[in-house]
Amino acid sequence: MDTLFWEEEMETLPRAGLESIQLRRLRHLVARVYKTVAPYRAKMDAAGVKPEDIQSLSDLARLPFTVKDDLRDNYPFGLFTVPMEEVIRVHASSGTTGKPTVVGYTKKDLETWAGLMARALTCAGVTRRDMIHNSYGYGLFTGGLGAHYGAERLGATVIPVSGGNTKRQITIMQDFGSTVLLATPSYALNLADTMADLGVDPASLSLRVGVFGAEPWSENMREEVERKLNIKAVDIYGLSEVMGPGVSMECLQTSHGMHIFEDHFLPEIIDPDTGEVLPPGEQGELVFTTLTKEAFPIIRYRTKDISRLIYDTCECGRTLVRMEKVTGRTDDMLIIRGVNVFPSQIEHVLMGTEGVEPHYQLIVNREGSLDTMAVDVEVSEQMFSDEVKHLEALTRKIQVDIKDLLGVTCKVRLVEPRTIQRSEGKAQRVIDNRKI
Amino acid sequence: MRVEQIAVFLENKSGRLAEITAALAGAGINIRALSVADTADFGILRLIVDDVARARQVLKDGGFTVGITNVIAVEVDDKSGGLASVLKSIDQAGINVEYMYAFVNKSGENAVLIFRFDDMDRAITALQEGRFSLLSGAQICSL
Repeated sequence: MDTLFWEEEMETLPRAGLESIQLRRLRHLVARVYKTVAPYRAKMDAAGVKPEDIQSLSDLARLPFTVKDDLRDNYPFGLFTVPMEEVIRVHASSGTTGKPTVVGYTKKDLETWAGLMARALTCAGVTRRDMIHNSYGYGLFTGGLGAHYGAERLGATVIPVSGGNTKRQITIMQDFGSTVLLATPSYALNLADTMADLGVDPASLSLRVGVFGAEPWSENMREEVERKLNIKAVDIYGLSEVMGPGVSMECLQTSHGMHIFEDHFLPEIIDPDTGEVLPPGEQGELVFTTLTKEAFPIIRYRTKDISRLIYDTCECGRTLVRMEKVTGRTDDMLIIRGVNVFPSQIEHVLMGTEGVEPHYQLIVNREGSLDTMAVDVEVSEQMFSDEVKHLEALTRKIQVDIKDLLGVTCKVRLVEPRTIQRSEGKAQRVIDNRKI
Repeated sequence: MRVEQIAVFLENKSGRLAEITAALAGAGINIRALSVADTADFGILRLIVDDVARARQVLKDGGFTVGITNVIAVEVDDKSGGLASVLKSIDQAGINVEYMYAFVNKSGENAVLIFRFDDMDRAITALQEGRFSLLSGAQICSL
């Protein structure tokens, strides 16, 4: 198989050349951030490190980490490095305690992002002759628009179908001749199952490849979705804090690890407990520093995703390091139908519901191809009523509030006190029955 | 003329009612009347007992969520039209019944109707004007 490249030179740089570009960009970034963003400056001063201390890539380890709480503390725009008139788009993802995490992009940032997304699609063998069916949600979520502009940059035809209305999506696939599907892997399985229900044979469609991301998925799921949709499935990785989709991407050749676009994103693997940088090949928490972003650069962002970096030469010819499929999290974040869910967010909703003391448990299941979430809440005396309608109204209120905050539909069940399992006195907040 | 009723939250799972009645029996508490409201996911057990405070403590100690609500107990002749006449007065006063249940007295001559209305004060006035016999908690227990 011939390899297609979008920016062949950058994708196949020898490591020494790549590292010299990275160092130049890193030094420029650190100097700019130190000068323009007070919270970064304060953290660097506290750590006793100045921009001029960054003499080599290994000096990166001297810089303080950035965590999701830093974004929350500076909500909404406090970590932006440019005046707002230069910011031409914002995106947001749900934060851990109610306030979303907000990111911004300059015109150049959006151009960079579109270019990297086009590079990612090219890794999957997508070309300008393709009909791209983009089922990622459009909106504050980076998935929909991020993929969209990359597909346009590539010159392909984009169908901005977004999420939902699955039957109509299948009709569009049939009538428009979609060749590439961009979606969360669970939605791809949902499409496959709906096709089966409707008696639509995937082999009768023009679909050739699926680019799936925004939630963890296993090799088993890959096998399942490839079989059910009669396509090749590849993995894409990204997070809004770093940019959005297009931070790293699997190539068609190996299907083992996603090439990190290292000329723009500098990866590290750290020990999540000590913060120490781990040697190449070790498994740990993935940390990213953006090298080219203008509006919202980020230094040593702790993703809480567990992965490993693979420095072997790849068959596709790209010299960019690969990250293994994310195998877990260092925190309790769940991803339900592409949406990040923290148990603390549910707690926040329950505390906001009058009289509800948050003894609760999230139960996540995969029913067919869709993830479902149930919230069991122990009934306290304050919330209890002898009238059914009051308890049903309470249940509905919690459901609506969770839906409003997270955008995820869940089923709320009231349960008797002390029925939620506790281990060592601490309630077990999450039961995840999905086999990912 | 209000009567204290104990309400207990129940998950729909087997054996819970048996546990509650066993706990009350163990404490020597007599149940005068009860009803269960159930939905697909949970139920509410409502009880009239001879010792409300003690029953409440016993159930709380047993790990149940317990609430005390005021209800109205109306004594009517145990014959045709007894309930209908009460409901007619309530309806004429524009009051809604949230729930009700009933039991027949040991002597078999009278029936006791337990009501929860959306407006308890007005319901008491309407029932008194209709010259119905309202019972206190103590009266129920001595029946």
